Amino acid sequence: MSARIIHIASNTFREAVRDRVLYNLIAFALLLSGAAVLVGQISIDIEKLVVINLGLTAVSLFGIVIAIFIGIGLVSKEIEKRTLYTILSRPVRRWEFIVGKFFGLAGTLVVNTFFMAIGVFAALLYVAHKFVASDALIFVALYFIILEFLIICSLALLFSSFSSPLLSAVFAFSLFIIGSFAQDLRGFAGMAHGVTRWLATGAAYLVPNFSAFNVISSIAHGQPVSGHLILYNTVYALLYAAVALSGAVLIFENRNLK
Amino acid sequence: MKQRRRTSWIAAALLAGSLAASMATLHHLDQMRPQATLEDVLYITSPSVLKRASLGYDGLLADIYWTRTVQYFGAHHRGGGQSYALLAPLLEITTHLDPHLLVAYQFGASFLAPEPPQGAGVPERAIQLMEYGIQNNPDDWRLYYSLGFVYYMEVKDYSNAAEVFARGSKVPGAHPFMKVLAAQLAQHAGEFATARMLWDATYQSTHDRQIRKNAIEHLRSLRVDEDVIHLQQAVTTFGQRTGRVPASMAELAESEGWRGIPVDPDGHPYRLTPDGRVEVSDPENFEFVTRGLPPGYKPTPTIP
Amino acid sequence: MPAIEILGLEKTYMVGFLRKRPKVALRPLHLTVEDGEIFGFLGPNGAGKTTTLKLLMGLIFPTGGGARILGREWTDPEIKAQIGFLPEQPYFYDHLTAHELLEYYGQLSGVPAKGRRQRVQEVLQQVGLHDVKGVQLRKFSKGMLQRVGIGQAILHDPKVVFFDEPMSGLDPVGRREVRDLMEQLKQAGTTVFFSTHILSDAEALCDRVAIIHRGELRGVGAVEELTSSVQGKVEVIWQGTQIPATLKALGADCHVSGDTVRAVVPESQQDAAIDALRRERLRLISIAPVRTSLEDYFVEKLRRAETTAGRTA
Repeated sequence: MSARIIHIASNTFREAVRDRVLYNLIAFALLLSGAAVLVGQISIDIEKLVVINLGLTAVSLFGIVIAIFIGIGLVSKEIEKRTLYTILSRPVRRWEFIVGKFFGLAGTLVVNTFFMAIGVFAALLYVAHKFVASDALIFVALYFIILEFLIICSLALLFSSFSSPLLSAVFAFSLFIIGSFAQDLRGFAGMAHGVTRWLATGAAYLVPNFSAFNVISSIAHGQPVSGHLILYNTVYALLYAAVALSGAVLIFENRNLK
Repeated sequence: MKQRRRTSWIAAALLAGSLAASMATLHHLDQMRPQATLEDVLYITSPSVLKRASLGYDGLLADIYWTRTVQYFGAHHRGGGQSYALLAPLLEITTHLDPHLLVAYQFGASFLAPEPPQGAGVPERAIQLMEYGIQNNPDDWRLYYSLGFVYYMEVKDYSNAAEVFARGSKVPGAHPFMKVLAAQLAQHAGEFATARMLWDATYQSTHDRQIRKNAIEHLRSLRVDEDVIHLQQAVTTFGQRTGRVPASMAELAESEGWRGIPVDPDGHPYRLTPDGRVEVSDPENFEFVTRGLPPGYKPTPTIP
Repeated sequence: MPAIEILGLEKTYMVGFLRKRPKVALRPLHLTVEDGEIFGFLGPNGAGKTTTLKLLMGLIFPTGGGARILGREWTDPEIKAQIGFLPEQPYFYDHLTAHELLEYYGQLSGVPAKGRRQRVQEVLQQVGLHDVKGVQLRKFSKGMLQRVGIGQAILHDPKVVFFDEPMSGLDPVGRREVRDLMEQLKQAGTTVFFSTHILSDAEALCDRVAIIHRGELRGVGAVEELTSSVQGKVEVIWQGTQIPATLKALGADCHVSGDTVRAVVPESQQDAAIDALRRERLRLISIAPVRTSLEDYFVEKLRRAETTAGRTA
């Protein structure tokens, strides 16, 4: 069972890599180096701040976009092109297919992030000329970004299991935006009354919450991140991904393929 | 078919379970980082940058920041906070994004100027905010009201306050009480009646719950202050007549011919100490009271 | 133990804007395929052949009935290791090469790692793709993709293979190769179940066939049985290019080639045809019985089905 999942995952990874996604990494690295050079012209104090802020934000946004664009096609493209026929006629369970795809996509993003992170550190070295202890916090921010990716991947997969690529992209992206403001949504809900309050609160807990993952501004100022937060964020991301994946499995298991 | 059913059930159970657990985790996370959304306010305090970054959706972003402002203040206020450092930046950002968000200015008038724990203690920024509001909404009399209010209540600059009220009364559609207040301020600055009129006007000029609650609290405390002064006066008169302090409030009441023992707005009787001081029975009930407090009294911060 | 037992498998789709109108794709189908035979599943396009195959593969779910393959429930995932499937006009991951695809599929089918590489090479040879094994599939022609499809179906040495239109997209040489391969499979003891609308292929290969039309089974049996049930025909050849009117009236199938005419008439009309020729003073060259083809049986069956449908409609 687990061997099949790994095989599906590595095939998904291989597909993503050959899909010329890798070229965007080079583009990103160049972009960041260019920005770092420009930033080097401004005052000494904030250049490091800008590199970290700009760099990590770019890693996050690039990754989300890649996750969505690859993720939405993962299942719907296979159904559309009927490449699934010869896969499912083998001893592959439908749920293994979904899980394998998820790990393949997640793996792609982790590798992506790794290369982009090198870009960030390179730019940082260029402007600051050396590393300090607080720079290790960047790893925490990167870890949180990867957790965000896990959630987005699982959502893209969920939508892909029943919706066309275009709609899936719209849904996934909308949820990303809403999720970034989810804490405010809870604030809105807190100010509402009656039925609206319950609906808004429900929605606010249902959408993925990304606010807790965004530590970019604080680590740019060298603020430490508590281990407690790291633990709970990890748990939340895993649980939420499990929700979306279970949904995807549930839908896919019962779907008549065309 | 059996396989499919079994897998579906497991998936459904996993979905429900994970969902519940994720909500619980989220709840915990919320409590751990109540200021998560305020990160950017802490580190990006330039409203104009934010406005540009909002890509034209400033209205929505203003609403979001307004929500955050209310949450921020409410959370700190409940905890008896000693510092509201982010209140001014939050309000500035909100009004910069939407210069016509009236309630934000009114909020600033009520809560920026007073000293902690009632407010942020930055009256100059409150004035700045009101001026900005008037600049962007020259035909809204309520902003003149808010500005005049700050001048009078917090800065105690009575002449400026009167002048602002007069200016505001000339705005078309201004509430009649603007003229009345202008006149009142000109002649009876510093008096209880004036304060009462102002807080009454504040209450009427807004729908925001927090501002209204604040106004009511002030009115109640004013009542207590007035009562205490009035009662203390009676004690003094008693002393002049009898050469001693009344033995109890009941004795004072009888000698003055009052119907019963005087009570505060909550219905609790005022107390008379052996050395002739009038005290309110439970100062905790009145946030803004300044008289009738036991000596050395310090309000305890409310712990949620 | 029969290789395949289809037990009342049926599929009805709900179509229309609100999904309220039923559309029957397959009426309850009962069919048995014996171990080691080549079984042809015939019918015109849209008859329900692909629907049946998709149901058996678990790609779509039946609205009734079930099936057993090699004695086990058709939904049993373990059974998939022993069956191979070639869909109609197959598509594969075009970023992979033929070699990589077969490796991947081998992994998924549980082909042990030890002999896998060798087996992949074998199969590539067998389907004639060994020379292009390193080329990405996006560059393959339709015929080449068909070969890949066959390759992935037989890769794991299945006991039963299901082919949906295996000859489609192939040139005559390719078709011959596929036919030879199917014979090879039979020799090796594999049961072959394939669907097609090309009757000559079925005639040449199959032990037994089933005919399906508009979702309903119309006939099952060995090829000889079926063809013998159809009325015999004779072939009449005469000199000249003239075709007597009476012959035409008999419904004869006439064909002029060079300076002779060849006509096929039902056996019962044999004498009437000869009379017609003699009346016209045409010189008879030959008269011989024609073996009825499956096509005749097919056309006859469908024609009868249409008329019944017409009568009941």
